[in-house]
Amino acid sequence: MRKMTYGEGIREGMRSKMLEDPNVVLLGEDVGPYGGTFGVTKGLWEQFGEERVRDTPISEGIIVGASVGAAATGLRPVAELMFIDFLTFGMDGLVNQAAKMRYMFGGKISVPLVLRLPAGGGISAGAQHSGSLEAWVTHVPGLKVVYPSNAQDAWGMMLTAIEDDNPVVYIESKVLYSKKYQVDDTVAAIPFGVASVKREGSDVSIITYGKQVEDALSAAKALAEEGIEAEVIDLRSLYPLDKEAIFASVAKTHRALVVTEEVKRGGFGGELSAMISELCFDELDAPVVRIGALNTPVPYSPALEAYVLPNTDDIIQGIKSMF
Amino acid sequence: MRISKELLSGMYRKMQSIRKFEKTASTFFAEGKIPGFVHLYIGEEAIAVGACANLRDDDYITSTHRGHGHIVAKGGNLKYMMAELFGKETGYCKGKGGSMHIADAELGILGANGIVGAGHLIATGAAWSAQYRGSDQVSVCFFGDASTNQSTFHEAMNLASLWKLPVIFVCENNLYGISVSQARHQTIKDIAKRAEGYCMPSLTADGNDVVTVYEHVQEAVQRARNGEGPTLLEFKTYRQHGHFEGDPGAYRPKEEVEAWLQKDPIPRFEKYIMENKLMTADELKQIEDEVDGNIQEALDFAFASNYPALESSVQDIYSDIVEEARSR
Repeated sequence: MRKMTYGEGIREGMRSKMLEDPNVVLLGEDVGPYGGTFGVTKGLWEQFGEERVRDTPISEGIIVGASVGAAATGLRPVAELMFIDFLTFGMDGLVNQAAKMRYMFGGKISVPLVLRLPAGGGISAGAQHSGSLEAWVTHVPGLKVVYPSNAQDAWGMMLTAIEDDNPVVYIESKVLYSKKYQVDDTVAAIPFGVASVKREGSDVSIITYGKQVEDALSAAKALAEEGIEAEVIDLRSLYPLDKEAIFASVAKTHRALVVTEEVKRGGFGGELSAMISELCFDELDAPVVRIGALNTPVPYSPALEAYVLPNTDDIIQGIKSMF
Repeated sequence: MRISKELLSGMYRKMQSIRKFEKTASTFFAEGKIPGFVHLYIGEEAIAVGACANLRDDDYITSTHRGHGHIVAKGGNLKYMMAELFGKETGYCKGKGGSMHIADAELGILGANGIVGAGHLIATGAAWSAQYRGSDQVSVCFFGDASTNQSTFHEAMNLASLWKLPVIFVCENNLYGISVSQARHQTIKDIAKRAEGYCMPSLTADGNDVVTVYEHVQEAVQRARNGEGPTLLEFKTYRQHGHFEGDPGAYRPKEEVEAWLQKDPIPRFEKYIMENKLMTADELKQIEDEVDGNIQEALDFAFASNYPALESSVQDIYSDIVEEARSR
């Protein structure tokens, strides 16, 4: 075991695939000598050179679109957009091209690209640099979407993402980048569609991913002192989705709370909640509770931002409301 | 003679193939046998044919919503194309794509595309891939005048120039973006001018003369293969039909349409061949007859093919996941 930050986990995943496969290339704004806005690609330019770690113009359309063209012709590009919010300029390449090409072309073209998207609030970055937009991409057939919550998963899921023959949206939590985690000495690829039970419990299932995993664990710890045992499920992969893990947990606890950082309206949390209500109705002793951000852009001022985003206490209150 | 007889007859065959394929599509669309939207390439054949005559099978192209001509010119199979238009399982895309989404990875055809301007980025990415892999493949991006107002055009031109990518931007300036004339969608007349802002060589030429197109593209392809970077070529042309079948094209003055019909690239090519005694009238007629036969074969193939099984609609979304089907 060793200690490693979340950002380092992402980097080590990329590094090991780059060592294995010369067709793995990185591109994005400031990913070269600068090492990435959040330092994730630090050292890779020095190790692999200019041809494999390419700084691009500030031009998200071509970052995504060129990745599509390169992926369709033999490369395995890993593209970074500086913030998930900048996906708007790269959206066509992702949703109209990468996601649909295999299908539109009758299964004859693969687009094995990875799009890294730093997401989430909590650093006073304001409304255009703090988005949680996973619902935009989980909504699109043809994309796989993953959202690791710790360094080990970040590493193992990056290996899987780069090996995958489909476009993978790899969402990263900005506030976790510098957090340290215990990581195995060798990390194997973590298959998509397999959730991780972070804490077992008998009374309520907390279903979440990304940064909210640690909030959920804090909430579970506090609730245990009051005699409520919460099970915490880290989905890790939003599509494919480990429905069995969700259903098994709900069948055990008979209560479910879904917590995500996104604006609650139209969020992926709504999809999870609806799915549990539809398919596990007979198992439920209480309506599914959904926790998310308020339906606002993310504000700048720290107190406002903290007020808008969901926190541990919201989870605790949400769970108490079910009993 | 600068161009071999074999190449001339090949180009003539491709131009006739496109023309006759499109006429057939027009007829069956009008009869309601081909669904959806069909954008025909009639009148613009010289550009796709002149350009693709310089390409190898492993070179890449990106096409547009008006894509049939590019696909035929790059060597696409008429039977699979026709079957796709009729929505049959034997079509290029198993009936999932239709007219606007035909691709053939083995021929480097990275897809016709229903999004105006999307091809700029993909072609540039394919060129980057070719350059990175150290191959001498090139990438040809076909697009219309109106797509040069999309940000994708400028993002692609900038990167292609900056990274010296082996991409040839081939603008088919047919003077209209759907119903809006060029004068109403941009202030410039010659799109080639836009290359200046990207330090890229460019020129404007007659797009209804297949030999002219061939020669200019040849030079650009050579530059790209030699690692000398991208080129923007603008070819002026005109579509003889509406934007899509069913569009009467009332926004275009009759005199303008008439004048361009006089510049139809196929009779012009025939005239050039005859005047220079490069082929005989009989030889041309024989090619035309053979193409008629090919089109009939393609139609027979499409008619004899089945519609896709309904469960195929949930396949081919991912390489490794089949989505849930309906229970009905």
